[in-house]
Amino acid sequence: MSESGYIIGTIINVIVVLLVFSALAGITTYFERKVLAFMQRRLGPMHVGPYGILQVAADGIKLFTKEDIVPQNAVKPIFKIAPVIAAATAFIAMSAIPFLPDFKLPFSDHVVHPIISDINVGILFVVGVMAVGMYAPLLGGMASTNKWSLLGAARTVIQMLSFEVVTGLSLIAPLMMVGSLSLIDINNYQESHGWILWSQPVAFILYLIAGYAETNRTPFDLLEHEAEVVTGYATEYSGMRWGLFAIGEYANMFTVAFIASLVFLGGFNSWGFIPGGLAIIIKVSILIFLFLWVRAAWPHVRPDQLMWLCWKVLMPLAVVNILITGLVLI
Amino acid sequence: MDLKNYNNRNISNDYIYMQVEDTPTTWQDKFKRVVKRTFKGELFVGLWVVFREMLKFDIHTVQYPMEKLPISPRFRGLHEIKRLLESGNQACIGCGLCEKICISNCIEIHTKYGSKGRKVVRSWTLNLGRCIYCGYCAEVCPELAITHGQEYEVASEQRASFIGMADMVTPMDIFKAGKQKEFQGFGAVSPNADENIKKTPLAY
Repeated sequence: MSESGYIIGTIINVIVVLLVFSALAGITTYFERKVLAFMQRRLGPMHVGPYGILQVAADGIKLFTKEDIVPQNAVKPIFKIAPVIAAATAFIAMSAIPFLPDFKLPFSDHVVHPIISDINVGILFVVGVMAVGMYAPLLGGMASTNKWSLLGAARTVIQMLSFEVVTGLSLIAPLMMVGSLSLIDINNYQESHGWILWSQPVAFILYLIAGYAETNRTPFDLLEHEAEVVTGYATEYSGMRWGLFAIGEYANMFTVAFIASLVFLGGFNSWGFIPGGLAIIIKVSILIFLFLWVRAAWPHVRPDQLMWLCWKVLMPLAVVNILITGLVLI
Repeated sequence: MDLKNYNNRNISNDYIYMQVEDTPTTWQDKFKRVVKRTFKGELFVGLWVVFREMLKFDIHTVQYPMEKLPISPRFRGLHEIKRLLESGNQACIGCGLCEKICISNCIEIHTKYGSKGRKVVRSWTLNLGRCIYCGYCAEVCPELAITHGQEYEVASEQRASFIGMADMVTPMDIFKAGKQKEFQGFGAVSPNADENIKKTPLAY
């Protein structure tokens, strides 16, 4: 392919990914509210459109037209840039993820690679950029001159110190088996060797737990735990600035779900009679449902419990897992 | 039955008493507790409970503006003034007891001598903004003229939407159709009382 064709293709890829995942973030909020409601014997949004399906649009209009308030004593540049960090890092992290297998456009021979860039440090890049995303709550919380925001920011640091170790260590074991950091190589490895989940169940569970902490989802959503710190770092945010945080959170959920399905659940290889593209969508949907399900069922943990869990339980487990994997590989 | 039985409030023998273990002190015991709690699967019980509720789909939401729950006849909603069944005249005799008893001073009544030398009501105003819907006026009314109705959606944007005495009196067409609902009085049961009947959970 020519140089300019490559650039245009990449730009189209970027735009498609941006649009699809921004829309998915909105739709996921709808499903989250519905699933949570059904699990709590409620109906959830019902009034806007049939079965409340247009609630997403109503929320979007509300967020866009809401007054944009920057607190008087806030550190304004940092306050303003924090939500951008949240959304941007979430989407940058997606640039190394292959979302679907390569496919041909209908009525042409053009092969589409549904990955923005297959870099050789793929998963390292994704995990690193997602971790940078934690700067958003940290900076936003510290810049908004509010007690609750400051507490939220402090909890961000605790969370970052805790889950980061586990994410890295839990992914090392499967990477040792594959011998490559590229997510496409990891996916292709599972085509011949079967799902990594069966050989690395402990790593899968560790990664899921760390992923929940990374996306601030419920068992570990200390940063914005309403009952304790109002909304934590997001207390002073309103309108679209808050909306960017939300989009970032939901985009991160998708990133974690895609990584989990690519690394552990066989990725986009065909699954029995199900073709690969559909298989990965099913896997990601199940993982996203798990996110919502866990939110409905489980209570929060305290910050000290999260640290205890990550450093005293999960990290030793991850290290032992790596050791055993290494011994088996030798 | 002697007093002891009355004091026994345990209505069933299915009470489950919580087993509280001692907090472990040695590190071996602490480790054992961690392992026990980790593999006990309590978290999955929680997951199953919410998933079961989702599958059952036993929804308790009342979609309020479209659906409304039945109200008890004793509900103290917006006031209504009844008409006399025989003559169709409004039942108020202008005694002024409601003004006297009103604890938030929101009722004001003025009377005069009518053409036949009887006392008639010249004006009767009720400041709904001050009314606390305590029900004393309905309770004290000797003619059961002023009662509380079932209407509870009384918010409005304009002063003109609030009603005067003329609106509270049962409209003539409803009255002529015989649809004026008499005040069922205190102790009346709600329309869905049969559904709500349960055994009293006491020893007697």
